[in-house]
Amino acid sequence: MNYQKILYEILILAGISGLLATLIVVAKAILQNYGDCEIDINGKRKVTVKGGSSLLTVLAEENIFVPSACGGRGSCGACKCKVIDGGGPVLPTEKPYFTPAELSDNNRLACQVKVKNNIKIEIPEEIFNIRKFKAKVAKVEEFTYDIKGVTFDLISPREIDFQAGQYVQLRSPKYGKIRESVTRAYSISSKPSLENQLQLIIRKVPEGICTTWVHDFLKVGQEVEITGPYGDFFIRDTQADIIFVAGGSGKAPIKSMLEDLAEKGCQRKMSYFFGARTAKDLYLTDYMDSFKDKFPDFTYYPILSHPEATDNWEGKTGFVMPHFPDALRDPKNTEAYLCGSPGMIAAVTKGLKELGVPEDKIYYDSFA
Amino acid sequence: MEISPWILFWASIFTSNILLTNFLGMCSYLSVSREVESSFGLGTAVFFVTTATTAINWVVYHLIIVPADIIYLQYIIFIIVIAAFVQLTEIIVERFSPVLYYSLGIFLPLITVNCAILGISLFMIIRDYSFIQSVTFGAGSGLGWLLAIMLLAGIRTRLKEKFIPTGLQGAGMSLLITGIMALAFIGFSGIVNVQ
Repeated sequence: MNYQKILYEILILAGISGLLATLIVVAKAILQNYGDCEIDINGKRKVTVKGGSSLLTVLAEENIFVPSACGGRGSCGACKCKVIDGGGPVLPTEKPYFTPAELSDNNRLACQVKVKNNIKIEIPEEIFNIRKFKAKVAKVEEFTYDIKGVTFDLISPREIDFQAGQYVQLRSPKYGKIRESVTRAYSISSKPSLENQLQLIIRKVPEGICTTWVHDFLKVGQEVEITGPYGDFFIRDTQADIIFVAGGSGKAPIKSMLEDLAEKGCQRKMSYFFGARTAKDLYLTDYMDSFKDKFPDFTYYPILSHPEATDNWEGKTGFVMPHFPDALRDPKNTEAYLCGSPGMIAAVTKGLKELGVPEDKIYYDSFA
Repeated sequence: MEISPWILFWASIFTSNILLTNFLGMCSYLSVSREVESSFGLGTAVFFVTTATTAINWVVYHLIIVPADIIYLQYIIFIIVIAAFVQLTEIIVERFSPVLYYSLGIFLPLITVNCAILGISLFMIIRDYSFIQSVTFGAGSGLGWLLAIMLLAGIRTRLKEKFIPTGLQGAGMSLLITGIMALAFIGFSGIVNVQ
């Protein structure tokens, strides 16, 4: 008896919920069907999507990843973009994130704008260019005992459009005992004009999930997943002198920058400090040296902090900072581009500021 | 209960204001009361939802819950009804009246889980109101909530320029103000008692 009653009560409750859920589903299907809408992005690309969801969701489905930290609840304000036409009025939920000037300049939060008709938007080029790539390992080079250069052929899309100095994210699959798939960021070391290929320089981190996979498991011909390009570490278009400072695999973005600048025929004065422990941590030294033939004024300074007796090292030693005065002509008119560990970045930034390089001209890409 | 719906309506706005005497619906009250404009939008949405859901829940209670003898499930059922009603309203308003949607509709998701709305449905059952009484009680309570949040928003707007000790900034100050407002509303309570 009792159990019949329980069943009966559950049925009633389920009936009420089921009925209401059906009502909502039907209402959504009929009322929230806005048909196909066309989104015009930066006037360059047009995508046709099903209306009814937020701009953020729709763009993500088209593999355009506008940054978002809260996942579309309107609480982080990261998904700012410009909606030129067709976005409807600004919602009270968006107002706290913008100044009046930004509002009158058509700025909106992508997660709050619903796509109901054809709309026209503008997003930063860097975001617009972010894609998910399928790529194949073309070549693996051993630069040092713990640093490898890996070249990938892009399969789809075939081309990548990036600025020298930007980075991509590489996804490592599950392998061996590692039961999770992770993504890690690596700077692109190849030049932007090589648009069908990417080279990454990857140092083996002890216990690192992705770097161990790259060093011990990744084989030529294997397919991988790459997203990018990301980042705002790129050469500013000025005439100031440049000082590059890198350590370890931090050589990657600088290599890309130098190759790019060489192609563009850059005339600026440049010096490049590369810090390493011993001679066996140095790589691509001749190649970096060869840039002095491509620029009017370029010097490469490899510097060893702990040279061993067997290294027969005759070059500069110690930390990189004490050697900066050799290269600084006019500190106020010098831009610095740094890539390395957070500790090295902090120390070098401090050193440069003491020498008179303005803080806002020190750009860096720090990897943990 | 033999109380005239008309009196009940006014009583639920002033003498037994759902927010100021029962302190129900505090979360959205505190978080949205920063600006008068959005407070008005949210308050109107609460008014609409309380009026409609008391009516629906009264029918559901007397036609389904009581005959099926599942009174102990009333909390769950009321919540489901309120949530579904809010969702449906949002969908309908968004489609047919974009203007209304932008001023009011966007607040609807915020009040799905507003305890004042569930509280009103439960009071209506506990106090054994008739259908007419329930609807006027729902409408009055909604208006009372709207009144309370508008008052707080007005005060908070003026406070923006004033010095407030660090420890009291934000919710602390709002709760103090609410307490003082509740004291002021006690002045009404001698007129009629509906508890």
